[in-house]
Amino acid sequence: MNAATHSRDSSINRVLPGFGLSMAFTLSYLSLLVLIPLAGVFAKAAGLGLSGLWHELSEPRVLAALRLSFGGALLAAAVNLVFGPIVAWVFVRYRFFGKRLWHAMVDLPFALPTAVAGIALSALYGPQGWLGQPLNALGIKVAYTPLGVFVAMVFIGLPFLVRTLEPALEHAERTLEEAAATLGANRWQTITRVILPAVTPALLSGAAMAFARAVGEYGSIIFIAGNLPGLSEIAPLLIMIRLEEYDYAGATAIAAVMLVASCAILAALNALQFRARRTGAP
Amino acid sequence: MSTRTLEAPPLAQTNAAIDEPRWVRHLLMAVALSFLAIFLLLPLGQVLFSAFAEGTGAWWAAVTDPDSRAAIRMSLLTATLAVAANTLFGLCAAWAIAYFHFPGKRWLVTLIDLPFSVSPVIAGLIFILIFGARGWAGSWLSEHGIRIVFAWPGMVLATTFVTFPFVARTLIPLLQQKGSQHEEAALTLGASGWRMFWQVSLPKMRWALLYGVLLCNARAMGEFGAVSVVSGHIRGRTNTMPLQVELFYNDYRFVAAFALASLLAALALLTMGLKAFLEWRLRGELAATRGH
Repeated sequence: MNAATHSRDSSINRVLPGFGLSMAFTLSYLSLLVLIPLAGVFAKAAGLGLSGLWHELSEPRVLAALRLSFGGALLAAAVNLVFGPIVAWVFVRYRFFGKRLWHAMVDLPFALPTAVAGIALSALYGPQGWLGQPLNALGIKVAYTPLGVFVAMVFIGLPFLVRTLEPALEHAERTLEEAAATLGANRWQTITRVILPAVTPALLSGAAMAFARAVGEYGSIIFIAGNLPGLSEIAPLLIMIRLEEYDYAGATAIAAVMLVASCAILAALNALQFRARRTGAP
Repeated sequence: MSTRTLEAPPLAQTNAAIDEPRWVRHLLMAVALSFLAIFLLLPLGQVLFSAFAEGTGAWWAAVTDPDSRAAIRMSLLTATLAVAANTLFGLCAAWAIAYFHFPGKRWLVTLIDLPFSVSPVIAGLIFILIFGARGWAGSWLSEHGIRIVFAWPGMVLATTFVTFPFVARTLIPLLQQKGSQHEEAALTLGASGWRMFWQVSLPKMRWALLYGVLLCNARAMGEFGAVSVVSGHIRGRTNTMPLQVELFYNDYRFVAAFALASLLAALALLTMGLKAFLEWRLRGELAATRGH
């Protein structure tokens, strides 16, 4: 930013080779594989026109699927917004037996293929499952209902909250907490007024990532959802069904809505990180 | 005044004030671990339990089923090609972004992350729109007898899209952190550009590279939605392991589905173990560079 770093940076430019080659490859690979194909969705959607788009999207089955994907993802992110911080707090601040193993486990939803998670959740919450049977006895049906969709969304969103929050909690200055305590704050006041503001950017970006992932999630949901049109059918599955019917217009319209949402989330996350960096928050 | 100083809490109590009471700590640990047990441990246990529900013989029969073997080969092929392409991209992107300054760099980094926030089904859809029978290039491709969609090239494309950012986003921060002074020194000492890359840059980022490749490979082997859209579900031809799991499951061959799933779960556990090891290893490496 200042003159000194600028001159250092331009000297890097002069000394190191390979900028042209690596940059050319980066840009063409990115364009050919990601940008142009994604732009194709918008081109196709634009080709439908506003009335055509509205015709596709206003169908009750499509509206229900979008409502389930977005609403379910919002609820799942909210649940993870409660439990994720507790899990992260316990990992950062407490010591207990087997902590490293538990800690490594948190990445399971990232590492486990979604189809595997899908059949596992479906068997687990199914009528004869380890959790499904007792829940059924209580009159709660999870598998093959919107509740099943929600459970799968909580599963895949969990690591985002924990993993973005942990570094923020580690960096939070304990001396600030000591200062707050010295000034007479009780523990609850310290947590809500000192720690919480410091980790809010991390909380928000974790929740946004969990939400974005859950909106587009397919594999871990479709086995447990039951996929009843209008009730437990998610938007990505409806895209799949439209494609199998060779209804490219219908598939593209749904995809365009979801793409706009994910671009908006990505832009918001970027702004959040930029602001956090500028204000010096972790 | 003096009485207030006397009333100031001793040090031990100050420490107690920045820790929660014992019962709160235990409550939080119980809540966190139960949540993790229900949402992570039970599904994993379910996979292993159901895979061996009819004994190891049934497990082995399912894993060595001709359809399973074809699916394993297909998964290895798509993952190898996708990981190779994305590793090459990751090296180039990291080199350009970490070591050079140019306008719009922040945008480029954001765009590299884009595939992570796109639904896997949409990742498949975009290639259908281009290469599908009714897509933009569809008629030209069928005239020339080239099959991309419903064949392995489409599956490789979809897998590559979905795993696109992994290697780049592990290498960029590492190179930014370490800086380019080692490379500059090598050049000053008379090394050629390629020699500098092979003997200085590559050894310097080997652990991070391994980390990125590991995550990329895990996702490539396990990708389901994107591949499902473009595969066409041709038994023994275009099914990867996750697609074969779905096929077994929908055929009510639950033991076979979970047996094949257990292989993928084992790969996931292995990946997580190696990831934990590399994180520990990388932390040491990064701390060392910070100390310079």
